[in-house]
Amino acid sequence: MTKPATSHQTLDEAGEFAESVPHEKLARSRAAQAVLWVVLIAAVLLAPAVLYPVFVMQLLCFALFACAFNLLIGFTGLLSFGHAAFFGGAAYICGHVVKVWGLPPLVGILAGGVFAAALGYVVGSLAIRRQGIYFAMITLALAQIVYFLALQLPFTGGENGLQGIPRGTLFGLFDLNDPLPMYYFVAAIFLAGFLIIYRTIHSPFGQVLQAIRENEPRARSLGYNVDRFKLIAFVLSASLAGVAGSTKAIVFQFASLTDAHWQMSGEVILMTLIGGMGTIFGPVVGSVVIITLQHYLADIGSWVQVVIGAIFIVSVLLFRRGVVGELARMLKISSV
Amino acid sequence: MSDFILEATDLSRSFGGFMAVRNVNLKIARGSIHALIGPNGAGKTTMFNLLTKFITPSSGTITFNGRNITHLKPEEIANLGIVRSFQISAVFPHLTALENVRIALQKRLDVSYQFWRSRKILSTLDDEALARLDQVGLKRFAHVPAVELPYGRKRALEIATTLGLEPELMLLDEPTQGMGSEDVGQVADLIKRVSVGRTIIMVEHNLGVVSKLADSITVLSRGEVLAEGTYEQVSKNPAVMEAYMGIKAEEVA
Repeated sequence: MTKPATSHQTLDEAGEFAESVPHEKLARSRAAQAVLWVVLIAAVLLAPAVLYPVFVMQLLCFALFACAFNLLIGFTGLLSFGHAAFFGGAAYICGHVVKVWGLPPLVGILAGGVFAAALGYVVGSLAIRRQGIYFAMITLALAQIVYFLALQLPFTGGENGLQGIPRGTLFGLFDLNDPLPMYYFVAAIFLAGFLIIYRTIHSPFGQVLQAIRENEPRARSLGYNVDRFKLIAFVLSASLAGVAGSTKAIVFQFASLTDAHWQMSGEVILMTLIGGMGTIFGPVVGSVVIITLQHYLADIGSWVQVVIGAIFIVSVLLFRRGVVGELARMLKISSV
Repeated sequence: MSDFILEATDLSRSFGGFMAVRNVNLKIARGSIHALIGPNGAGKTTMFNLLTKFITPSSGTITFNGRNITHLKPEEIANLGIVRSFQISAVFPHLTALENVRIALQKRLDVSYQFWRSRKILSTLDDEALARLDQVGLKRFAHVPAVELPYGRKRALEIATTLGLEPELMLLDEPTQGMGSEDVGQVADLIKRVSVGRTIIMVEHNLGVVSKLADSITVLSRGEVLAEGTYEQVSKNPAVMEAYMGIKAEEVA
């Protein structure tokens, strides 16, 4: 995505600020990140005291979905336009495992994640052969196939979706029909997923991903098998998107076509862009903004889409780095 | 082992009906600096991309240390010890200079696929990365993002990164392109310094740099080898003077 920029400064310009600035920035960034982590964890733990738990659970599912998506677009430079297939497809698998096979919800969610990983392997293997818009089109086309399978296959319930998925119990101890155990179950899944993504970005693997995103031919010329890195990132992203979708199916006891529809793929792009792609906390902020708007503006019907569209245009024109990206820039801290 | 580290035999590449490179034979002596020169459109860049596997030849073979590498991928030859640079400076712009070099050094830790591991392990490479930066005069820029470095220093960073792989053969694509005369001198000195113990092939427009650095030269014109030899020999060759200067004169006009 980023082209290597050529600058024509003289040698002296760079010399002066060389030593001091990066260390200060590093220290500030660390402090800011520590604060954000505390705020995030506190918010997740305390939210059900103030807000309607199901609403917050929905937020968490979408936040995880957006973070998983961001791992691809923000940290690998791949624009997938088919992530709904993993989110929605896994929801059906999870629903089926729990409702028809009668297995516990945690097993259902893991099954959804494994299914999404396998699907991600297939879609990723095909899509990474092409770049840019062609990559996006291949992911979209394959996601449409998944959508039509979801519409046609008998076990999905077609237009009606898969309804009445039981929430069951966690480890046979906690009744997930109670709002609070269910909430903290979802919160734990979200935090675990968020941590996995955070660690992936800050791993030796993540370092190579960043190199690939910044200058792919150079990464190849240094001997990195770029396709393999992209594929692993794709599978990771898909499986976490699947976990998010499966969890949502348990929360709402319902897997529907909406979650596998291409509009959902668009929505997750929107959330990531508004929050700030390539930032750690951006997708969480973006999904909070979008879901909250959809929730509180539900009364005005389809005008919600107009409002969201307007916000999107404003954000692309005025703050392209997204909410978190722009804030980080103003405060001169790192957003990763 | 043969005296030649890299040999290209009857190498051709056509794009549609256009033969960009036609039956080129090239032998690169081990430990030498070899320059590929020629007027615009002579096929230098195509030749360079063929040798570095970024494009595949229509026919012909390439051997490296006696091994046929004609059908390998760029990342595979990199792991054999052939590393290239690019015409536009090839750095990772938002990584610091230190991190840029570490990307190359990281390969030997064999942890690059471990997404579950903290990248703190990479800091074990910091000392060596700093030493590499020092080698090219960039030590005090270690924590500056590459994008903020001036052009000449970006090229130096690129060379430091390449050296991190300890390549046996380095291919430099117009290393002094777009530079002011001070930077050209610095980069030329740097190339001379790092050429010790390895082989370098470079495409270069600046004949001053070529005359100063190159042990041998291949002149390409219209996709074919026009002349070969030392700078002295080549610069006196009438065919070269005609092809090269003729087009040069037009360019100036």
